[in-house]
Amino acid sequence: MDSLKQQHTFALVSGDEAVAMAAIDCGVTLGTGYPGTPSTEILESFAALGGRAQWAPNEKVALEVAIGVAFAGARALVTMKHVGLNVAADALFTVAYTRLDGALVVVSADDPGMASSQNEQDNRRYALAAGVPMLEPADSQEAYDFTLRAIEISERWQLPVLLRMTTRVCHSKTIMRRGTVKIAAPHTPHFEHDFASRVMIPAYAKPAHLRLRKRLAEIAAWNDEAGPNQLIQGSSSLGIITSGVAFQYVREAAPEVSVLKLGLTYPLPVERMREFAASVDLCAVIEEGDPYLVEAARTAGILVEGKPESFRFGELNTARVRRILDGDETPEPKPAPGKPPALCPGCPHRSVYQALKKLDCIVPGDIGCYSLGVLPPFEMMDSLVCMGAAIGVGLGLRHSLPAAEAKRVVSVLGDSTFVHSGITGLVEMVYNPPETGHVVLILDNGTTAMTGMQEHPGTGRTLDHAKTGKVSFEELARALGIRNVFVIDPVKEAAEFENLIQSCLQKPELSVVIARRDCLLATRAIREYERCNEQAD
Amino acid sequence: MSKPTNVVIAGLGGQGVLKASDILAEVAFSAGLDVKKSELHGMSQRGGSVSSDVRFGERVFSPMAPQGEADYLVVLSADQIPVNLAALGAGGVLIEPSQIDEAKLSNKKSVNVALLGVLSRHLPFSVEAWSAALKRNLPENLHEANLESFSIGREQ
Repeated sequence: MDSLKQQHTFALVSGDEAVAMAAIDCGVTLGTGYPGTPSTEILESFAALGGRAQWAPNEKVALEVAIGVAFAGARALVTMKHVGLNVAADALFTVAYTRLDGALVVVSADDPGMASSQNEQDNRRYALAAGVPMLEPADSQEAYDFTLRAIEISERWQLPVLLRMTTRVCHSKTIMRRGTVKIAAPHTPHFEHDFASRVMIPAYAKPAHLRLRKRLAEIAAWNDEAGPNQLIQGSSSLGIITSGVAFQYVREAAPEVSVLKLGLTYPLPVERMREFAASVDLCAVIEEGDPYLVEAARTAGILVEGKPESFRFGELNTARVRRILDGDETPEPKPAPGKPPALCPGCPHRSVYQALKKLDCIVPGDIGCYSLGVLPPFEMMDSLVCMGAAIGVGLGLRHSLPAAEAKRVVSVLGDSTFVHSGITGLVEMVYNPPETGHVVLILDNGTTAMTGMQEHPGTGRTLDHAKTGKVSFEELARALGIRNVFVIDPVKEAAEFENLIQSCLQKPELSVVIARRDCLLATRAIREYERCNEQAD
Repeated sequence: MSKPTNVVIAGLGGQGVLKASDILAEVAFSAGLDVKKSELHGMSQRGGSVSSDVRFGERVFSPMAPQGEADYLVVLSADQIPVNLAALGAGGVLIEPSQIDEAKLSNKKSVNVALLGVLSRHLPFSVEAWSAALKRNLPENLHEANLESFSIGREQ
């Protein structure tokens, strides 16, 4: 490739950046989501490129906002990590029944191997379960192309479309160019009543479900004919059906074999798969995560080989694909253990955990930097399940443990996590208080630290750090009727903090303690944002 | 088709592993090669082990270098050498902090760039291409110190 031409036409970008570029190029009206590795950079890049991007309190709200955008006839992009789709699933399953006027693309960034997640769920299952078409890009060019295709499919069949990415697609940089897919200009936003298509009461939802299945059958037929799938003709002795980044490993591990690479993986191009399998002596499915493609192929009566169960765990890579193809069942080499991450020296969470350890607390915890409190030297987190679970789990422990132990339970969660899913937990605490009372400790470090310092409704600044409405945790807690609400700096007032937690634990009452001190890594940036916003006032 | 060149850059969070791999990937890209770069985010600011793979050549498929096939392993922190050594292929080259005189670096945080200087002697890219990529990836106030660190590594 000519280097000068390459630099002008092509760019070396991550899959996340490529999605943002596509969103800009097709006139997405609004991008919304909740930060989560590996999806976070999509909206940040979209904003940097001039798009309107917003952080929502959580993924469900983000998807609901995006549904409104698509009902108005405009184009919406919603981004989240895989577990975020669990939160948004309620909206997803029913919006699939409705008729969109615009486009709705939901990005699910899965994390096989759990580089930075609490589970490795395979969200291809959501496409199948909700009846939502799904595209799976394999590199940045496809992340760009498939985002545009997703918009097109969404508008053509008036359905939401899932763009299922994985860590290695989101965060790898590969070469791409823009302008490869031309799609129609967006509609002009406009509202028309259409009760039967958008109000999912049973009388309207029953025909809507039939309509959804009919549309999916049409998309399946189109996918067989003209879907974004790719056939690489190689040797006829072995054919491999694959999708997503696994395609890259297959091409590297076995450049000589025939490959059917699937781009639209729900609804599947079953006839193309059947034809392909029949064209080779042996057909194997190589896929990362769950046996999704292999089960679908077998259900359709297509004879395929799958991977051994041990390859369901963790990411695939070239070496693992070679093993699968060679039938090599010898134990895989274990990677040398690296240095685990730790709370930064001087991190305000450190003094919190010191106090909790001294008080011998039982700590149902949550998701954020402070999850690192489970590791030495603190070993002070007793559970981590999902966003916001600290409060509910803490209440359950309080309800069932003997009083002496119940009185040691403190629910610990971060500021962004509290906004995401902790507020309803507080409501539950007020409504069903344990006999021993309870203590909720919000670690407010003024940012969504773990995902890379994103704003949230508690910071009072938007995604691009401009001033906006600010949710006050203390006022919110008081408004719910919680009388013991305290705000304290856990570093500057370390001794007072410990005393405060101790006195709250001794009372059979409900307490909310907000340990407020900015994240060390964010302090300087926060000061700068505040300074800019004051000047703007 | 010739095999791609595999470079693995490793170190600890905050040392500039990802910055170094960005610069290298961009140099290879500007030379008209196919390039893929892989990295993991999320935990990297918390001081844990970080590594990033850069692969370039006529055509690259996987964004990650297969284990044991790295042509060059650049390690920014000596204690991370044992953790990453398995990445290096037979005949591969290890580039480590002891190869540069850190006392000579005016900016102590530019070990990453100094080691890119050492790496650059093994790769067919011009000094101009390296300088341009360095400048594009770093804020202006750091240009001078980093160009100097790069030269120190390259001339070591």
